[in-house]
This record gives sequence, structure tokens and C-alpha cells, in this order.
Amino acid sequence: MPKRNEMQIQFLSQSVNEAFARVAISAFITQLDPTVEELYDIKMAVSEAVTNAIIHGYEDKEDGIVAIKCGYQDKVIDITIIDEGKGIKSVEEAMQPLYTTSLEEERAGLGFTVMQEMMDEVEVCSHPGLGTTVKMKKSLEK
Amino acid sequence: MEFYMLDSTLVVALMGEIDHHTCVAIRQAVDRNYQKKRAKNLLFDFEKVTFMDSSGIGMLMGRYRLAAIGGGRIGLYNVPKDIERILKMSNVCKLMKAYSNKQEALKELA
Ligand SMILES: Nc1ncnc2c1ncn2[C@@H]1O[C@H](COP(=O)(O)OP(=O)(O)O)[C@@H](O)[C@H]1O
Ligand SMILES: [Mg+2]
Repeated sequence: MPKRNEMQIQFLSQSVNEAFARVAISAFITQLDPTVEELYDIKMAVSEAVTNAIIHGYEDKEDGIVAIKCGYQDKVIDITIIDEGKGIKSVEEAMQPLYTTSLEEERAGLGFTVMQEMMDEVEVCSHPGLGTTVKMKKSLEK
Repeated sequence: MEFYMLDSTLVVALMGEIDHHTCVAIRQAVDRNYQKKRAKNLLFDFEKVTFMDSSGIGMLMGRYRLAAIGGGRIGLYNVPKDIERILKMSNVCKLMKAYSNKQEALKELA
């Protein structure tokens, strides 16, 4: 029988929830018995996307809503991170390594690069003023 | 987090998870100790670090600037494999070296 499952969580755009998001996604993915490395990769990618929603999407306003949807079918995992924040003007430009709009802060501009490195597929859909959706996919090895 | 001086080098033993949230406290504590102890170089011990994302890279680049202004350099040691990966993805490798142990790091930084 193919294994299939889904979950959704949402939380306020507070930086303390970055760790919460990693723990929550780990607890769910653990059902698939991933390797330590696979779990670490997924935590990294989720951490980057959630951090972006909080600092860029909601610009540190702490009452925005960040949603995470996650599902798997056999060993293929889909994760979607959604914010209704300010959105991205040019997704292509934003995804360039080292590109960042937070100049006064210490940002490395590597969030999207990390997501692409850790996951098999990363798709970003964004509309200025409406928000950003990051969809990621990863197949586990065994 | 623990801090101690070895000659002119401030050793910082980082702990736990390094993300955008925890970087705020790390940045403050490192900068305060660096000034207060009149340190020149900064050496980060990663042994007890269990997670680091790209916010940690930004934090390290910021500390590189801090040390450079003080005429010093920055190094890392005890870096776990997972964290080595994100260091390699960024170009902080060009700004700071990951040494295999404290002795080697101190010798190189001196
Ligand atoms: N959820 C988001 N909402 C609005 N802008 C975003 C979002 N995610 C990313 N961005 C934009 O894309 C840029 C690059 O993101 P990233 O690669 O994670 O680097 P960093 O977070 O270090 O700036 C950000 O500086 C920001 O301008
Ligand atoms: Mg980012």
C-alpha cells in the first residue's frame, strides 16, 4: 500500500517560531524514517523559507500568518511555505546567489541557494502586495 | 555560549541552533565581549552547534568585519560536517578558515 499523509500548520510571524517550524516538520517527516542527512536538509530548507517569510514578507511585523503545508506520497515529500506579506518584485533576481535586499542587516543572500541545494525542486510564486508561496519537493533515498 | 581569552584571541564556544532568531543574542554577546576584553582575533568553537542556516553565515560575515576593524582575523574549529557544507556554499571560506583543532587555529591566527 502506498503511504500517504498530509499536515498543515500556521503560526505568527515571530522569529521564535523558526525553531518551532523545524521541529514540527521534523516530527512529521520522521514518519518516513529519513536518514539524519535528509532530515537535516529538510530542516535547513524550511528554516530558510520561514525566516524569509518573517523578515522579508512581513518585515518583522509579528502578527502576520505563516503557513506550512506538507505531504508525502511514498518517499516523495512536498512542502509549501506561504506568507501574505509584501511579495517579491522579481523572483528571478531574488533567487540569485548572494542577492539580498537587507543591506543594513547581516544577511548572506543565500536562503534560496540553500533551499535549491537541499531540495530536489524549488518553485517560487510571488505577487507584490499579496505574498509569497515557496513550493519544494524532495525524494528520500530508500 | 562561553567566552575566554587566549592571548589576544577571544574564543567563543557556540551552542545549540544558529538561526535568524538566535543570531540576535549571539551577535550582541560576541560584540560586547570582543570590545570589553579588547580582543584582536575571534575564534569560534562549533563543537556544540547542532544546526546553522544562512543567517549564521550573515552573522559570521558581520563578525569578520568587526575583527577586521580591530586589526584581527577570524577562525573556526570543530566544525561538524553538516555545517561545513553551508560554509562551502557561501564564500565565507575565503574570509575565515575552518581549522582542525584549537592549537592549529591559535598558531595560525597569532
Ligand atoms: N517571503 C518573502 N517575501 C518577500 N521577499 C522575499 C521573501 N523571500 C525572499 N525575499 C527576497 O529575496 C531576497 C533573497 O532571499 P534569500 O536568498 O533568502 O537571502 P536573504 O534572506 O539573506 O536576503 C531577500 O533579500 C528578499 O528581498
Ligand atoms: Mg533568507
